[in-house]
Amino acid sequence: MVVKDVINNIPENLIIKKNVAMIDATGVYYRDLNSLLRSLDGNGIEKIEICNVYGQRYIGTDLDGHIKIDVYGTPGNDLGAFMKGANITVHGNVQDACGNTMDHGQIVVHGRAGDLVGHSMRGGKIFIRDDAGYRVGIHMKEYLDKRPTIVIGGTAQDFLGEYMAGGVLVVLGLNMKEKVHNARFVGTGMHGGTMYIRGEVRHLGEEVEVTDLKEEDYRVLKSLVDEYCSYYGLDAEKILESKFNKLIPVSSRPYGNLYAY
Amino acid sequence: MKDLTKTNNPYGDEKVFDACSIFGMMNLKGERFSAKDPVRAIANMHDRGNGLGGGFAAYGIYPEYKDDYAFQIMYLDREAKKKTDRLLSESFNILNEEEMPTQEANVRDPPIMWRYFLQPKNSRTKSQAADDYILEKVMRINTETGKAFVFSSGKNMGVFKGVGFPEDVAEYFCLEEYKGYMWTCHGRFPTNTPGWWGGAHPFNILDWTVVHNGEISSYGINKRYLEMFGYKCTMQTDTEVMAYAFDLLMRRQRLPIEIVSKILAPPLWSEIKTMKPENELALRALRQTYGSLLMNGPYTIIVAHEGEMIGLTDRIKLRPLTAAEKDDFLFLSSEEAAIRLVSPMLDRVWSPRGGEPVIGRLESRRAVEVIA
Amino acid sequence: MKSYVSPEYIVERDQDRCIRCKVCVNQCSYDTHYYDEEDDILHSRNENCVNCQRCATFCPTQAITIRENPNHYRSNANWTQEAIVGIKKQAETGGVVLTGMGCDKPNLTYWDRLLLNASQVTNPSIDPLREPMELRTYIGSKPDKLDLEMVEGNGVVLKTKLAPQLRLETPIMFSAMSYGSISLNVHKSLARAASEAGTFYNTGEGGLEKSLYKYGDHVIVQVASGRFGVHPDYLDAGAAIEIKIGQGAKPGIGGHLPGEKVSAEISKTRMIPLGTDALSPAPQHDIYSIEDLRQLIYALKEATDYTKPVFVKIAAVHNSAAIASGIVRAGADAVVLDGVRGGTGAAPRIIRDNVGIPIEMALASVDQRLRDEGIRNQASVIAAGGFRSSADVLKAIALGADAVYIATAALVSLGCTVCQKCYTGKCPWGIATTDLWLTKRINPDIGAKRLAGLLRGWSLEIMEMMGGMGINAIESVRGNRLLLRGVGLTDTELKILGVRMVGE
Repeated sequence: MVVKDVINNIPENLIIKKNVAMIDATGVYYRDLNSLLRSLDGNGIEKIEICNVYGQRYIGTDLDGHIKIDVYGTPGNDLGAFMKGANITVHGNVQDACGNTMDHGQIVVHGRAGDLVGHSMRGGKIFIRDDAGYRVGIHMKEYLDKRPTIVIGGTAQDFLGEYMAGGVLVVLGLNMKEKVHNARFVGTGMHGGTMYIRGEVRHLGEEVEVTDLKEEDYRVLKSLVDEYCSYYGLDAEKILESKFNKLIPVSSRPYGNLYAY
Repeated sequence: MKDLTKTNNPYGDEKVFDACSIFGMMNLKGERFSAKDPVRAIANMHDRGNGLGGGFAAYGIYPEYKDDYAFQIMYLDREAKKKTDRLLSESFNILNEEEMPTQEANVRDPPIMWRYFLQPKNSRTKSQAADDYILEKVMRINTETGKAFVFSSGKNMGVFKGVGFPEDVAEYFCLEEYKGYMWTCHGRFPTNTPGWWGGAHPFNILDWTVVHNGEISSYGINKRYLEMFGYKCTMQTDTEVMAYAFDLLMRRQRLPIEIVSKILAPPLWSEIKTMKPENELALRALRQTYGSLLMNGPYTIIVAHEGEMIGLTDRIKLRPLTAAEKDDFLFLSSEEAAIRLVSPMLDRVWSPRGGEPVIGRLESRRAVEVIA
Repeated sequence: MKSYVSPEYIVERDQDRCIRCKVCVNQCSYDTHYYDEEDDILHSRNENCVNCQRCATFCPTQAITIRENPNHYRSNANWTQEAIVGIKKQAETGGVVLTGMGCDKPNLTYWDRLLLNASQVTNPSIDPLREPMELRTYIGSKPDKLDLEMVEGNGVVLKTKLAPQLRLETPIMFSAMSYGSISLNVHKSLARAASEAGTFYNTGEGGLEKSLYKYGDHVIVQVASGRFGVHPDYLDAGAAIEIKIGQGAKPGIGGHLPGEKVSAEISKTRMIPLGTDALSPAPQHDIYSIEDLRQLIYALKEATDYTKPVFVKIAAVHNSAAIASGIVRAGADAVVLDGVRGGTGAAPRIIRDNVGIPIEMALASVDQRLRDEGIRNQASVIAAGGFRSSADVLKAIALGADAVYIATAALVSLGCTVCQKCYTGKCPWGIATTDLWLTKRINPDIGAKRLAGLLRGWSLEIMEMMGGMGINAIESVRGNRLLLRGVGLTDTELKILGVRMVGE
């Protein structure tokens, strides 16, 4: 087996069947866990399943290939930080800074997320089934065809899309009692990118304006909602029937008259 | 201690800076449980600390002495103990006293630890309330010998803290043998090196305890405001100022936590403007009157006192806090994973909004979440 | 008597650049420039030049340079040019040498020796551009505690009644400058800018001109020793009342409005004869002791039915702390401290430069004394006296001020170049004059815009500095001495300021 050549001693908590590795992360320190993931990656392993995850950080960081990882439990902060290509599915909730400065790859969460989802994201996709916390998508960026996307199924808290410079951020507000997102300062400092919000937003940042969606928008939105629903077994058509608001920056240079030269 | 500032802060920094992990677990029915789960949870967040401090507050642990004040005191030498014993016997009827049970653990230079179960002597003046009497005596012990420090003095509760990782501190104090209905825990990451045990969290005054993650940038003025009301801030920690603020507002001024949280973490003016006129007036008055107690800067705190556990973050949520419920238990934690370790299935998990407290109360069946 | 004093300034004109447009002749109010028609050349009378820079600013070809007269007496650290000239002038006139604006002597500015903090690592700085940053300030007396209750289904409800408060959107107000010392157009500019910026302007001791009553909600009316223009409507017109005991530029003496500046309009508003000198009495004659102050404060509160806060303004002097304590106990809603560097339209130079103490020290000791006595919340503390930048303002707040008053800075934003000749009434910028030919040089529309621009620029800078310190509400800066460090200060100075040394 290729892997055996690389790892001299297969740890007790690791089982490898064909090209799938299964890890029991009980009591495993994050450094050891991630080191194990790195050595499995790019060595003929296509899928890794990790169970009993309780707070190990940085899972998915520095993995080269397009390996698929299933996480069972609650991964720690910075899941997929600086990630470059892996595909992670979390069967549980994630904590803070999920997808921090992610470059490309994918994260699908069957649960909720903490603060700072997709902070400074540069590419790739993140799907959160339920609610997310503060500062989701803060300073997302894009360049030419490299465009990150985040889809939140529930609602998000304050400073959603703060200082957004690019990318697409979708908030669906499924299961909200009133059809209003209570987040405040949504899009504060926005100077690039687009947000599609299903339902009304109570309080917007100064740099944001609300418009209606055009055909191109619906195309983009539909593709993302379809993908979201495919992961969680939901009805995309029903969701797309609702009213969506498009949030864009008022200016690409919102602080132009702030300084005296 | 003679000069607490020097012991706590050998470099003369204006205050101790630390970052940390915190955890709280409460049984809303008052059923007592051991330290095992809280210790596991705080140990799980090991990387948030650096081994230079850990501590626990436990409530309901001395049911056989539930009406007596449980003084837990650390001594740096025997002389200090003798002097303090004298003071205690002059001021109190001592129902029981003993060295606190400890065992070998990876902690640094533990001092001598004793506990006493006390009642104020009848010779105290009628006008002075029992609480003020206790406070006065605690202040005296803490300043008189320079080598004795009362680290908790409430009824049917105790603080256990020291220099080491929290799980090691728990081991040192044999915490798994105690049972309480409410536990709060703390792991510390101080940026200067305290050699002494009194500097760890939780900080205690009467039966109030505070564990705290973050740093208060308004500390300089919070401290000066509290000093106007007679508090002496000697520990140079944010936590001390937090605890005194709670003592002033909740115990002395009798304000409920719903209002206190609006003093420490008030809503923004832009939010106040959208409220109903009578609420707007009240909240404006709170900010005008108590502006110097606004706690600015990132923080999450868990404050506990008899029958109540309160979690609160700063007004723009710069520090994390996850709350969860399972059956009769309320959990508060810096990280969700720590809760899951102890209770993999949860009835409800949520992140409270910045400035809005999560309150666990003994008589209520569910956690009280205050939304403006 | 021939004057032995040489001209202070020399006007140099680049004749190649000069296009004989005669703007300099028209603009100069001191009669310095004149046109020789025969020779088609512009000349200057150096002895009249005061270095106000009006001509140099307006000359379309920048042909004019004003130079300090290089003819100096022999350099002497003790017998300075100023000392020698001062004596000669007094010998020639037998009078008190007057001057304008604030003390110009070195080594009295502590702001330059105080530095602010920023958060690094242990605490995040806050982004003022994208996250909320609150500068709102309320001036007035605050209680020790509030009587509140939680009403089922209705939230928090207030039972205590608070004393009247002034609401400021930024902690900077325009300080007292009397109508007479400055023109009506400047007052209009100040009133409008204050209204737009959500702050206040102070009428000074010259009364409030009728056309400005409509800005009343943003006006602080002053009651000074001359009681000029003080009548019931005046008291009702403003949002607050300020009793002027003293001012930083000239502690212990009253206001000076030289007869040159008492025009028909001034005569009407102040109710004094045309052309006479308006020299306010040194004390307020009904305040000879602290209990009298209490009496006046309540007289004013009664006259306005307790709807307006009453401030008391004193010059910063040696025992400011004790005086301030007395003022607070006398019932004032705010104590205003005006430091030695504060400006004036006219004052004896000897008093301006030698009497009073810097605002930094007065503020620090007053704030600490009030806290030691447990009465700091009973009155707001407003600091004044030569604030030149937003950093000065923020440092003052960190020392303990609730808000600051600016005056010189406001005039500078309108064109003033601090030439210190305000007492002549010939201000060519149209600011410190009542001469109608000159006053129209200030257009209130533009003036208001410039003042509002100043407030906006400073407010933005304050927000940036606060964010850098990890603070998003001004309440957390106020009195927070830990945000400051001193450099080049003695131990005693550090102790009085309540500030540590840099590096500590």
